Amino acid sequence: MKDKKFDIKNLINDFGVPRLIILGFLMLLFILAPFVGADLPTQFTNLFNRFSWNAVLVLAMVPMIHSGCGLNFGLPFGIIAGLLGGTIAIELGFAGPISFVMAILFATPFAIIFGYFYGILLNHIKGGEMMVATYVGFSAVSFMCMMWLLLPYHSPTMVWGYEGKGLRTTISLEGFYDKVLSKFLEIRIGNFSFPTGAILFFALLSFLMWCFLRTKTGTAMTAVGSNPVFAKASGVNIDKIRTLSVIMSTWLAAIGILIYEQGFGFIQLYMAPFNMALPAVSAILIGGASVNKASIANVIIGTLLFQGIVTMTPTVMNSMIHMDMSEVIRIIVSNGMILYALTRKTNEGRRA
Amino acid sequence: MSENVLEMKNIQKSYYGTTVLHDINLSLKEGEIVGLVGENGAGKSTLMNILFGDEVISSTGGYEGEIKMFGKTVHIGSSSDALRLGIGMVHQEFSLIPGFTATENILFNREPIKTNFVSNVFGDRLDTLDRKKMREVAKSAIDKVGVKIDDDMLVSVMPVGHKQFTEIAREISKDNLKVLILDEPTAVLTEKEASTMLESIKSLASKGIAIVFISHRLNEILDICNRVVVIRDGYVVKDSDIDKITVEEITKQMIGREVDTKARKTRSNQSNDIIMSIKNLYVDMPGENVKNLSLDVRDGEILGIGGLAGQGKLGIPNGIMGLYDAEGEVIYKNEKININDPMSSLSRDIAFVSEDRRGVGLLLDESLEWNISFLTMQVKNKFLKNLFGKLISFRDNSEIKNVTDNYIDALNIKCTSSKQKAKELSGGNQQKVCLAKAFAMNPKFLFVSEPTRGIDVGAKALVLDALKDYNEKHGTTVVMISSEIEELRQICDRIAIVSDGKIAGIYDASESVEKFGALMIGANAA
Amino acid sequence: MKFDLKKFLADRSVPIMFIIICSVCIPLSGFSTGYLLNEIVTRIVRNTFLILSLLIPIMAGMGLNFGMTLGAMAGEIALIFTSDWQIWGIPGVVLAMILSIPISILLGTLCGTLLNKSKGREMITSYIISFFINGIYQLVVLYMMGPIIPIIHEAIKLPRGYGIRNTVSLLNLRQSIDNLISINVFGVKIPVLSFVIIILLCLFIVWFTKTKLGQDMRAVGQNMEVARAAGINVERTRVLSIVMSTVLAGFGMILYLQNMGNIATYSSHSQIGMFCIAALLVGGASVDKASIGNVFLGVILFHLMFIVAPKAGTVITGDSMIGEYFRVFISYGVITLALVMYEAKKHKKKKMAEGSDDEK
Repeated sequence: MKDKKFDIKNLINDFGVPRLIILGFLMLLFILAPFVGADLPTQFTNLFNRFSWNAVLVLAMVPMIHSGCGLNFGLPFGIIAGLLGGTIAIELGFAGPISFVMAILFATPFAIIFGYFYGILLNHIKGGEMMVATYVGFSAVSFMCMMWLLLPYHSPTMVWGYEGKGLRTTISLEGFYDKVLSKFLEIRIGNFSFPTGAILFFALLSFLMWCFLRTKTGTAMTAVGSNPVFAKASGVNIDKIRTLSVIMSTWLAAIGILIYEQGFGFIQLYMAPFNMALPAVSAILIGGASVNKASIANVIIGTLLFQGIVTMTPTVMNSMIHMDMSEVIRIIVSNGMILYALTRKTNEGRRA
Repeated sequence: MSENVLEMKNIQKSYYGTTVLHDINLSLKEGEIVGLVGENGAGKSTLMNILFGDEVISSTGGYEGEIKMFGKTVHIGSSSDALRLGIGMVHQEFSLIPGFTATENILFNREPIKTNFVSNVFGDRLDTLDRKKMREVAKSAIDKVGVKIDDDMLVSVMPVGHKQFTEIAREISKDNLKVLILDEPTAVLTEKEASTMLESIKSLASKGIAIVFISHRLNEILDICNRVVVIRDGYVVKDSDIDKITVEEITKQMIGREVDTKARKTRSNQSNDIIMSIKNLYVDMPGENVKNLSLDVRDGEILGIGGLAGQGKLGIPNGIMGLYDAEGEVIYKNEKININDPMSSLSRDIAFVSEDRRGVGLLLDESLEWNISFLTMQVKNKFLKNLFGKLISFRDNSEIKNVTDNYIDALNIKCTSSKQKAKELSGGNQQKVCLAKAFAMNPKFLFVSEPTRGIDVGAKALVLDALKDYNEKHGTTVVMISSEIEELRQICDRIAIVSDGKIAGIYDASESVEKFGALMIGANAA
Repeated sequence: MKFDLKKFLADRSVPIMFIIICSVCIPLSGFSTGYLLNEIVTRIVRNTFLILSLLIPIMAGMGLNFGMTLGAMAGEIALIFTSDWQIWGIPGVVLAMILSIPISILLGTLCGTLLNKSKGREMITSYIISFFINGIYQLVVLYMMGPIIPIIHEAIKLPRGYGIRNTVSLLNLRQSIDNLISINVFGVKIPVLSFVIIILLCLFIVWFTKTKLGQDMRAVGQNMEVARAAGINVERTRVLSIVMSTVLAGFGMILYLQNMGNIATYSSHSQIGMFCIAALLVGGASVDKASIGNVFLGVILFHLMFIVAPKAGTVITGDSMIGEYFRVFISYGVITLALVMYEAKKHKKKKMAEGSDDEK
């Protein structure tokens, strides 16, 4: 109350200059879009579609941030569980929407087992989670590269045609769970379409997460991240809670990749999961999370902003200066955001 | 012994609004050894940190008052200022580089160097070290200390005593050394090493260096100091020549004012039933180890546990509540507690208010509501409301707010609302939040550790009253650990004194301060 | 002195594992000794300088410098300029090195400053910095070279008129240092001058540890607080260590590329950090301790594995890709292992300091 100006400055500091720049940049893109002849309905369709593909992967960051395990750079670990689920479902001959359900069912045990061991590993290296997570993810991805070749998959839609074994790098989901969620209750108005099903699915998972964070265990998880010793003194088993959070993150990553695949229409194997962690990490940070604070709102805002930039930049930039700088801008924006979060002295975030 | 090497005048220092040093005056003459004594938290460390230009001081707004050296006013803003002025310090925790040899540590950042053609171009930092000369200087410094230390030995593999001597050798190898601060240099030494240490301190003083000697071993102070200065609650309460004072007098000054009347009257309705029986307790808490301690706590009493810092009194609750590794047997209401599992005590309605408010006691980044309700929620499944039958239960935010508001009123916690973050409160109010947290789970047995440390006088009285009231109203047994014997005497029925990790004795609170003092130093002087 | 065999082996478990892998794979691969020796010599010449650049930050306690990529990018930019100006041969290499210095210092200072703001998580930060600067690098090389930064020759520009081609040929510079003085020993080509340069760098590093700055870095690496209390400018010392590492990495990259003979403009640097770090760790280094010996042992073992694994993989499984993936897996695996061991040690130490550091 004393000094209003001071408050505004504080607010900006709290929100973070990089976030403001990103927000401003995106708004500029939207303002410019009609002038350069970009079709706004198409743009929004793109934005919502990409949002629906990615949002669950970003949501997968939340449990680990809450329990103090930091940003989950080990996202590929969960993605692998999802890939296993998807490929097994197809291998066993499930098709159509049921294949999606089966993919989730098959992915779940893998995610739980991976998450459990991953969690135990992280409990032994408290304080160094992020770097180890990055490389655990990489190791797992490169290990699976060998496995995709060696595992006894036979489904003709998935293996290399001329050798009859070894999975292809890209597997089309047509006839399986391609767009099963996106097409569900899809809204179409002219050029504009809205992937209702996929968004609803995300909303459901978010709601479950929201609920979980309000339970006794969820409260304990937040407390463990905020001050582990306090939690221990209150009778909470820190290691158990952390492991639980890692399992949840891993499972959400597995589900997340399946949703991504249904939207995208393809399963991407081999080195593809490699590059999935950084966009998710930077999206949640752009949304206002910090290394140890995150909320559902951060997920939604962050994914919208991040995907907004990804979809808008190519169109607008291309028409304006005839240069496609979108890839470079994406690299700078996403890594710049992570860098900003890592180098902030106080890790105080905002709970939206 | 005429000129004052160092003079500190009207020194004041406050941290986050709490004044920890009031109007301190201290002077040092050439070749004089001044003993500085006081209980933990009395302000000794802060005073010495000011003198040595520690970062803690400058980063919290610096100090007030004047420091003079040889009559000239100087400003000490950083440790390099202090070094330049010839002030050296030997810390309680070793400030040595573990992977360096004794020689490298003794001459650390003051290495003799040789220039070379690269350094002529790129600057001094590329000068090569003159190893031969380093060794010579280090050897002569070690000789001056009067012990045998291998100058080529890595600090990481040295016995503790040698580390301490290495630190002193480092200080005296400085040519311009005028004032040397020794912060409990004998605490980690064996008796023989300690006496060598005292000898070398005396010989240093005879060479004209003024020495501030901090120690809890009062007989050492009497042995080597010329003068003793006692600090309590941030004030200098005594400054006397050594031959005009006794150990008893020093102790009395350290632990309390001379008022005896405030001690609590013995309560007549006290039960003699044992509610908790501690047998052969060992706790592995650094600096506060408990070694084979046995103690019985009576039902409904307020038991005080006192003792000098480092003797192990803090280890008792921290061990029993499972925060530090512990061994031994704790029987509570005829049941054995698993002392390495916090839940084992908590589920039996035993609560603990930690001495480490910011580290253990609070979720600094969360609201008061969270802070006060969390413990009870986890331990007793309270503040939860069931949804969909009993399928899932959520935090009951309105119930939590009610409870928090009640405690804000009851304990007079000053805050903007129950949603305010704990870190934004003052120390005293944070302490009240910690109490509220414990009260909220309706404990039958309560450990309270240093509840008044670092809070102002008004808040102290409130906190102590709250404990006393709670004990009387709910019949809750309270075990209160405190360094201040006087506040223990105010509210406790009995007081146990811990010395060297064991109970040295238990008296009724109405016993004289001197008797408790004797228990504290009795074992200490040995 | 009692010789503790178990500890001796445990400390060297990674190199031993690699010796075993190599001794299994070499016979399977069927390569001739001459071929292998030639290849190894080439790899040593190519990579050692780069790996040596990692030593200084480790000494200063900043861990594995994933930001060495920054130096590699500086070296590439310098080489793009010299090849555009058509300065070839040894003068070209020397000029590129000189040009790379200011760029490396700039990037190194930026990196060091950011790392000072993220003490305790330097590695993940330097890792992200390398991605971030890679974005800036692409911005400069792909879009600004041409319209803003003058590039004379069309040959190295993309057909669209701006930006640098995916490959820049260094044919006229190729192996100019390696070939200047080279001798042939039993069919193995030994590029003497390159080895001299590497040995000079080793000597420099040994000398550097004996300087005041080197001593300060070791101290800062072990305990920042003590160093600060003794009056050392900790922040500056840390920045200096990163700057030195970046400059050396820049030189290393130029030597690497002169050996290769071309620049893969957008990918040469991206994996270099990972391979150098993996090689160093394979040589028995850890996150907080590394020596020149680790560098040489590492470069030999790691690249031996790299050469023989694909062929051996093909022989075993009949699939050429398995070996490729295997060596990538091993690279990541060895870094993961080193990180886990380091962090676990740190965590245990911290727990001990909290829980059982008895005073007596």
